[in-house]
Amino acid sequence: MSASFLHDAVLYLAAAVFFVPVAKRLGMGSVLGYLIGGIIIGPFFLGFVGEEGKDIMHFAEFGVVMMLFLIGLELEPTAFWRMRKIIFGTGILQMGATTLLCSAALLSLGFPWRAAVACGLALSMSSTAIVMQTLREKGLTKTQSGRSSFAVLLFQDIAVIPILALLPLLASSGIPVSSAGHASSLTEGLPGWAQTLVLLAATNAVVLAGRFLFVPFLRFIARIRLRELFTAAALLIVIATADLMTIVGLSPALGTFLAGVVLANSEFRHELESDIEPFKGVLLGLFFIAVGASINFTLILANPFTVALLVFGLMAIKATVLFTTGKFSRLSFDQNMIFTLGLSQVGEFAFVLFAFISQLKILSAHWTDMMMGATAISMTVTPLLLLVNDRLVLPRFGTKESADAKEADIIDARDPVIIVGFGHFGSTVGRFLRANGVNAVILDNDSDRVDLLRKMGCNVHYGDATRVDILKNAGAAEARLLIAAIDSPETNLFLVNTIKKEFPHLKIMVRAKSRTDAYELIDAGVENIYRESLDTSVRLGIDALVALGFRKYSATRAGQNFIKYDEAALKKLAAHRHDQDAYIFNSRKQIELQEQLLTSDQEASPNLNDHAWDSESLKENISKEP
Amino acid sequence: MNKILILFAHPRFEKSKINRALLTNVGQIYEVSLHDLYEEYPDFNVDIEREKELLRAQDIIVWHHPFYLYSAPALLKQWMDLVLEHGWAHGNRGNNLKDKLIFNVLTIGGTREAYAARGHNKFTIGEFLTPFEQTAALCKMTYLPPFAVHGTHLLTEKDLAGYARLYQTLLERLAQGTFEIETIRNYAYLNDWLAEETGATP
Repeated sequence: MSASFLHDAVLYLAAAVFFVPVAKRLGMGSVLGYLIGGIIIGPFFLGFVGEEGKDIMHFAEFGVVMMLFLIGLELEPTAFWRMRKIIFGTGILQMGATTLLCSAALLSLGFPWRAAVACGLALSMSSTAIVMQTLREKGLTKTQSGRSSFAVLLFQDIAVIPILALLPLLASSGIPVSSAGHASSLTEGLPGWAQTLVLLAATNAVVLAGRFLFVPFLRFIARIRLRELFTAAALLIVIATADLMTIVGLSPALGTFLAGVVLANSEFRHELESDIEPFKGVLLGLFFIAVGASINFTLILANPFTVALLVFGLMAIKATVLFTTGKFSRLSFDQNMIFTLGLSQVGEFAFVLFAFISQLKILSAHWTDMMMGATAISMTVTPLLLLVNDRLVLPRFGTKESADAKEADIIDARDPVIIVGFGHFGSTVGRFLRANGVNAVILDNDSDRVDLLRKMGCNVHYGDATRVDILKNAGAAEARLLIAAIDSPETNLFLVNTIKKEFPHLKIMVRAKSRTDAYELIDAGVENIYRESLDTSVRLGIDALVALGFRKYSATRAGQNFIKYDEAALKKLAAHRHDQDAYIFNSRKQIELQEQLLTSDQEASPNLNDHAWDSESLKENISKEP
Repeated sequence: MNKILILFAHPRFEKSKINRALLTNVGQIYEVSLHDLYEEYPDFNVDIEREKELLRAQDIIVWHHPFYLYSAPALLKQWMDLVLEHGWAHGNRGNNLKDKLIFNVLTIGGTREAYAARGHNKFTIGEFLTPFEQTAALCKMTYLPPFAVHGTHLLTEKDLAGYARLYQTLLERLAQGTFEIETIRNYAYLNDWLAEETGATP
């Protein structure tokens, strides 16, 4: 390991560790933190990293590959199939129109048509990395805008392959090309039909391997019970797939995406997710830093107006097309603004495409640098635009953050309850309270839902509930009770910690998804934890007993006892949990937990020991009497 | 013919041999309907309107329950508190139950002898049942003496079958309606009346 490698690692990691928390504190997303970190340590400001930034970028692009693997993992084939219309509909509309308009604009600037078309295609890409990261941080992945963004990005990621295949056709004849911009490709020099065959074979190989090779392989590895080995295996699958794809000249991102989709149905889904996630996170962060560092400020300062015009023009075109696409998809104003601004940048695939275009000599080196610079700047600007949208545009023109004034007269005292998250869980709680005359303040970050609730006369605040100012607006300082009913356990935990710190008087009641989440909450000092699966499954169990011929009351009592016992067991096991060997697999952990539970069930037998209304001891007594 | 409603309250019916025996054949009597409270309301959330509707159609109501600690299981008390509302069952305008017959059917661990001033339990069953008796009176109903099975822990299979037959005879007799209320009210137990009238014993 060379000293310079260690030196670089220190620089990049330090930039991440320093700038991301600062960005987070200031209410900007982590992406912006990375990008700013990159700019600061880049050649223009501190000059800690120079030209090698480009190499780092190549390395860090692998973060994008891993991200697509993870996206694939979360997308089961059936879900993918269900989304096909929105993926192709919005995708074709967005890419087609953007390419057309960008190409036309570049033509009018005097570009030759080949270059204009090639650049148009590259510029129609948006950044999956930035958008998905941002949406996830804001908890917007499941909203309308989240879905539409995802659909467009997925279509673009898929479209990269045919574009890479078609670009050589745009090159002036006579230039020898290596396919897809990758140095050595097996398909090189093969006739067109053979290339197609190889591509199809490779795609099928990934799908088949996913089914018949990866899963048995992972099962084998899992049985060895070495956590690091499983991580290695997961990495091996991702990297090998990427490698195979590169060899045959396909996009490695798409290959791993495919592998992810195939593995989405396997039992290792969550393990793979948790194993790859940190690598993805770090590499993606590195990638953003590299993007920041690669911005060629010298070039920009030499042509400030051209670059500014380029960035502004590009983003304006992209935004216009996106806004129209959003209109077609019937997004509300709020959702459409997030969709439009979120995707208005030029994405990381554009770097790949521009590099290839330049290699094909379709575009001059000068303009390639300009384009890459514009791409990097647009990526940096996106989080800022979203921030402006969040703080300035939406509060004024969209769904307002605070409720209407007339709401305030009806309830003169502040509502004593705040419900955070109004999905299927929170809404049930809210409806129940409302049915009993308690009007809770609702906090949600899905603007469509907020609109609907406003129309129904609810006191709804719109925004990210983990932000202290929004909580304050919702009346957290005066409220008595806060119900955290957000779907994501991490966000709930984060919220709990914020409340404990900022509003210590508030009584917190938290929804927990699983036992593990409940443990985390217990560790965070929460007393009122409601596992969403507990009561319902016990109720089902009660009905099952009744169906088997148990008396309803006995079954009901057994259920009540079981819940009581299980809550107590939760508290007890939570204390012992930390003694456990930390190096066991996630699912292994689950099974051991089950085992522990079943054993203690046997010991305690919460229901078999129910002597209620039992006359056995009385009978014994009587029969002993003379 | 009289329509009879058995309000049955037993939290552990599945473990009670005597009650299983008693209730085996009551369904065969056309006029009798069985209302199993712990099965209907395992959550104690008694549907008051439904219960009122049910009561309206009856001539005779039976509180059938084990005699736990000198009284009825909790759900039967809950039922009484909720259903026998002022203004419906009692009070000036509460005449919906007026002149209906009502009595307790009890399964009791102790012997009949133990329920006497000098016995183990100091009071008679009739004395212990005064809250029920007065509730009936408040609701303008006619309260009959109880039908009781004593010493339930020591019953043989033959005894069980005998009591089941006896309960069936009682219900049939009451359904037919060919009896003098004033005569019946002279007995301490309905068991005694049956023995005298029909010679039926367990």
